[in-house]
Amino acid sequence: MPAAQDADPLVTAERAERRDIPPALDTVMLIVGLVALWQAGTLLLGHEALPSPVATVSKLLGIISDEDFPRHAWETARAFLTALLISLIAGLAVGLALGAHRVSGEVTEPILGALYSIPKITLYPIILLLFGLGISAKIAFGVIHGIIPVILFTMNAVRNIRLVYLRSARAMRLTVAQTAFTIIVPAALPEIVSGFRVGFALTLLGTLIGEMFASQHGIGYMLVKAMETGDTGTVMSLALLLVVLATAASAALLAFDRHLRRHALTS
Amino acid sequence: MTRAGWIRLLLIVGALALLEAACRYGLISRHAVIPPTTMFQGAWQAVGSDETRTDIWLTLENVALSLILSLIVGTAAGLLLHKATRLRRALDPLLASYYAVPTFVFYPLFIVLFGLNRWPLIAIGFLFAVVAVIINTLDGLARIPRAFVRTAAVMRLTRTQYALHIILPAAAPWLFTGAKFAVAYSFIGVIAGEFVVSGAGIGHAIAFAYNSFDNRMMYGLIMLLFMLVGSINTLLSLWERRLYARRAGR
Amino acid sequence: MQAEHLSLAGVTRIYPANEGHAAVHALGPIDLSLRQGEFFSVVGPSGCGKSTLLDVIAGLARQSAGTILFEGKPVAGEVPDGIGVVFQEDASFPWLSVYDNAAFALRRAGVPDAEVRERVRHTLAFTGLMSFAQAYPAQLSGGMRQRLCIARTLVMRPRLLLLDEPFGALDQQTRLLMGDELLKLWRETAATVLLITHSLDEAALLSDRIGVMSARPGVFIDLVETGWARERDSRLASEAAFGAVTARLWAALRDQSIKALAMAS
Repeated sequence: MPAAQDADPLVTAERAERRDIPPALDTVMLIVGLVALWQAGTLLLGHEALPSPVATVSKLLGIISDEDFPRHAWETARAFLTALLISLIAGLAVGLALGAHRVSGEVTEPILGALYSIPKITLYPIILLLFGLGISAKIAFGVIHGIIPVILFTMNAVRNIRLVYLRSARAMRLTVAQTAFTIIVPAALPEIVSGFRVGFALTLLGTLIGEMFASQHGIGYMLVKAMETGDTGTVMSLALLLVVLATAASAALLAFDRHLRRHALTS
Repeated sequence: MTRAGWIRLLLIVGALALLEAACRYGLISRHAVIPPTTMFQGAWQAVGSDETRTDIWLTLENVALSLILSLIVGTAAGLLLHKATRLRRALDPLLASYYAVPTFVFYPLFIVLFGLNRWPLIAIGFLFAVVAVIINTLDGLARIPRAFVRTAAVMRLTRTQYALHIILPAAAPWLFTGAKFAVAYSFIGVIAGEFVVSGAGIGHAIAFAYNSFDNRMMYGLIMLLFMLVGSINTLLSLWERRLYARRAGR
Repeated sequence: MQAEHLSLAGVTRIYPANEGHAAVHALGPIDLSLRQGEFFSVVGPSGCGKSTLLDVIAGLARQSAGTILFEGKPVAGEVPDGIGVVFQEDASFPWLSVYDNAAFALRRAGVPDAEVRERVRHTLAFTGLMSFAQAYPAQLSGGMRQRLCIARTLVMRPRLLLLDEPFGALDQQTRLLMGDELLKLWRETAATVLLITHSLDEAALLSDRIGVMSARPGVFIDLVETGWARERDSRLASEAAFGAVTARLWAALRDQSIKALAMAS
């Protein structure tokens, strides 16, 4: 049934003819296919090298129900959420400021771009020296990974606001605050949310990496311990857990992103 | 240089000067951060050492291999996916979440598969970089204006002519962006791997210096790495600007 | 020489039903025949299927029913030799200079270099682009870019030239001047021209005949003969007969436009 906002059926018809509307079923089938490939990999490489899907899932259930697990999970969650909050809020603030002030933005963009592409794992020793071992190092690691894309995307979002919107605001004699909240934020929001999505993923990555080196607790620690002792079963199970969580969170954010863009103009 | 360029230069020099002062006057502990001038000395010392030069060269080789593989496979996959509409749409949500997944966890698996040599490193770099190439290739292909497709039909071009003379130049800016990501991610993947489990390469050298409390060498190497990655990025950006100056963003 | 250069009989285009919408009857049935060397315009309300008509004639889309004959041979979903199309959107290639844009199709068709040079130079001079030959589309105005698209099409010497609102993005004065140029090109090349436009003035000024389309699904509800001389230009606008033509067009079109507006809301 056509949605209320599909104005011209001919435009919709033309677009639909050029692409099939995909059922989510296709993605599910794809995932099933990937699991089948995984099983094939197990048969080829052996159970020690690559535990089977079934073995991994049952091992994972075992890990989760273990009494130690909640502590580890909470440790990771604590670090991650703190890092995320800092990345998003500080990133947003800096991004807005740099986006609004043309010269500052121009000056800092290449620097930010360079920082983005540098393997931040090389900064880990510096972080450890500055913050010591423990949760602050993990949070710092998460933040340096996540904050830069948030800044870059937000900056771009603000700079790319169509001038005609700002001129309309002036013509309507809006105050600065009104312009900011009723025009700039809604106009820039979709792109800012895209930045949040990338920031989310990278902050998680950073926190985990930090945990792998700087902590005696947390999922990252469990992971590196299993990697060191050659416990591929645990490695795979934890990897599966992280994949599922990360994909679920990312899919939710993507859906939110699409929801925000549903009214976007496509000329 | 533009006005912004000058301001940027001043900013960086100023920051380094501040750091220098803070370190020399004891505001920051010498155990944590050393003065920038000492960092440069460490970098100079590192470059002079044969061992470090070998490490650098090794890392660059690994990065290059990862880069070439990810560009070839990524571009090919992007082209195929662009045509396979149904598969691409099924894959979309997974591609979007790919970078949320910590792919480095497959490192032990690769060691089992390839042995304790350069290939697990290259595999991780490849995994990191290839999806960025695919995403950007798809993006570039999707942005080809419909008018171009129809113009090609009216000109009665063959498929090969269409691909070579219209798709390629039209999508080139996005392919270039994908390549820039591939460079960055290849570096990240390879060096991260070297850090964790490897006997050679820049990542290993940094970890070694850290574990030996040799701050001078450690910071020197980090600085060297920064300069290396920074120059590669700058070169790529300059090249990009020259290539697309006349296109004005199209 | 075929008197009927292009003929359509019972041509319709229906977009099949899909999830999210019912089948859309976009065009037809259309009956039309164009004489060799005729300048024919199509006017109609928005969404009536004018662009669909052009797509189907050019072979860019396949008709759902009916026959199209171009130079006696059927057209069905494949672009035949001898057709040129200028689209509404700017299709100039930003990575090529004006000269290379114009030479593009000839080079792909394997035409020898000397001939390419000659034909491109001639067309660029003719369309007033010669002094911009080394410029890139990004450096040109919208009007110039459309001129480039027209030049690129003309270089191929099409016998049937289809234009889909080519001057849509231009201001009125430029449109009038471009119209004069188009007439000049039409006379020079002796091609048959089918122009789609939403401007009644433009259609009335430029054409030998004008087809008025109804609201969707578009069918021809009137065919107006203007009877202008072949040597004509925009100064026609001051003649009384011109006003009569536009009046007749609007009389036919007005109700359809109201209907189309209602459909869209």
